[in-house]
Amino acid sequence: MENDFIQTMILTFKLATITTIILLFISIPLASFLVFSKTRFKSVVETIVSMPLVLPPSVLGFYLLLAFSPASFMGEFLTSHGIKLAFSFEGLVIGSVLFSLPFMVHPIQSALSQVPSSIFEAAYTLGKSKFTTMLRVVLPTIRHGLISGIVLAFAHTVGEFGVVLMIGGNRPGETRVASIAIYDEVDSLNYAVAHQYALTLFVVTFSILLLVYTLNKKSLETLR
Amino acid sequence: MISIDVTKLLNTTSGLLDAHFKLSVNKGELLTIFGPSGAGKTTLMRILAGLETPEQGRIEVDGEVWFDSKLKINLPPQKRSVGFVFQDYALFPTMNVKQNLLFGAENSSQYKHVDDLLEMTELTSLASRLPNTLSGGQKQRVALARALVRHPKLLLLDEPLSALDPAMRQKLQDELSIIHNRLKVTTLLVSHDIAETVKLSDRLASIKLGKVERICTPMEFFTTHTLSGKLQLVGEVLKLEEEFPVIIVTLLVDSSIVKTVVDIQEGKKLQIGEHAIISVKAFNPIIIPLQEEQK
Repeated sequence: MENDFIQTMILTFKLATITTIILLFISIPLASFLVFSKTRFKSVVETIVSMPLVLPPSVLGFYLLLAFSPASFMGEFLTSHGIKLAFSFEGLVIGSVLFSLPFMVHPIQSALSQVPSSIFEAAYTLGKSKFTTMLRVVLPTIRHGLISGIVLAFAHTVGEFGVVLMIGGNRPGETRVASIAIYDEVDSLNYAVAHQYALTLFVVTFSILLLVYTLNKKSLETLR
Repeated sequence: MISIDVTKLLNTTSGLLDAHFKLSVNKGELLTIFGPSGAGKTTLMRILAGLETPEQGRIEVDGEVWFDSKLKINLPPQKRSVGFVFQDYALFPTMNVKQNLLFGAENSSQYKHVDDLLEMTELTSLASRLPNTLSGGQKQRVALARALVRHPKLLLLDEPLSALDPAMRQKLQDELSIIHNRLKVTTLLVSHDIAETVKLSDRLASIKLGKVERICTPMEFFTTHTLSGKLQLVGEVLKLEEEFPVIIVTLLVDSSIVKTVVDIQEGKKLQIGEHAIISVKAFNPIIIPLQEEQK
């Protein structure tokens, strides 16, 4: 039982960590596009990014499950290349990335839109490329947005239930994460174990959020 | 020598404006771009820096073409040797004063130049401070020093002193003048402050509705209406009070308030907010240094 608990917790945080790292790399260019692009196409992208905020997780999970199943075009293509996403850890990562996307993109987008355009322009007139400007001037300036995004995406992935249940199932060590385990233990009337999971999640998420809000306050002060 | 001849469609508050900027700037001079707001002063600066693209024309700086619509040449800001001081200073908030300057430096002579500039702008003791801990005047100095690090061929100052109080403004005008005389960088300064313009600039280009109206020395520009024996002050009309048979006019001249009377006919021509010239016959004016008066 104790081993199961540790295995599940490690899996939960492994999923959240990998998801967050992938999201960070996707979200910075995506948020820049949403802030700076002037194409009409932009509102479509904005809508897609925000969909997981309003869509029931089971809907996304259902469509992902269909897409991953060997009967579908995509699933057939993946299976022919030896990739199996349904009920696997890799599938969970893809589902979590999609589902937590707005939680990473929105804080970065909002922080970016607050950087005055003269900051970018000052760097350009000092001979710096867009990439260097982003890396050395803009990202440090919006670090509070990055931190908020990282924390929200991480916490949200830890707490995700619907998508995981639909596409991951409940395979110990592979797709069984803490939120599923709680449901499962309660189902089998193991209230003590359920409580162990629940309290751990509660304490860990509370500590992370508290730490971030404390740090964030300090970093915001330097920007004023 | 810098020659500019560009057209640009401006979107102003009073509708679209077909701007045409044609002027040349001598090497090492400080030319003030003077004119009312909405005339296109800032746009001209941004066009020169490559931050905005004109529709047509040509910009040539010391024989190097920066923009030519016919030859399809348009150097990006990174390739133009400019220093730009923005109205809001645009300091990088996470870098300290010295790091802000070092960010622009690319070779050893420029790294060395950073220390000279810190010295020249009296920022050496503030080198490790973050921008949010600096006063407006200090931020302005950092912005100026940063713009000079790369030895630009052209220094663009977009109303750099407009956000400062009068005393700080005067001090920085003096510093700007000293730095300009020392480094001899060709400089374009946007201003609508008459005292500042007279004090700092070699020549003045007056811009109205997107067109260069006149290029001359500031003295020529501001004293065209002077008749001999008259003292002239230019000020903004703040208040008009009718007290038969006169109108009491309150004007803001530089930073002091002046009250005077005019007859009703003359007073009716004035409007609150507009600039007016007060002309006084002064055949035998008494001029005393300020310190004397305070004793």
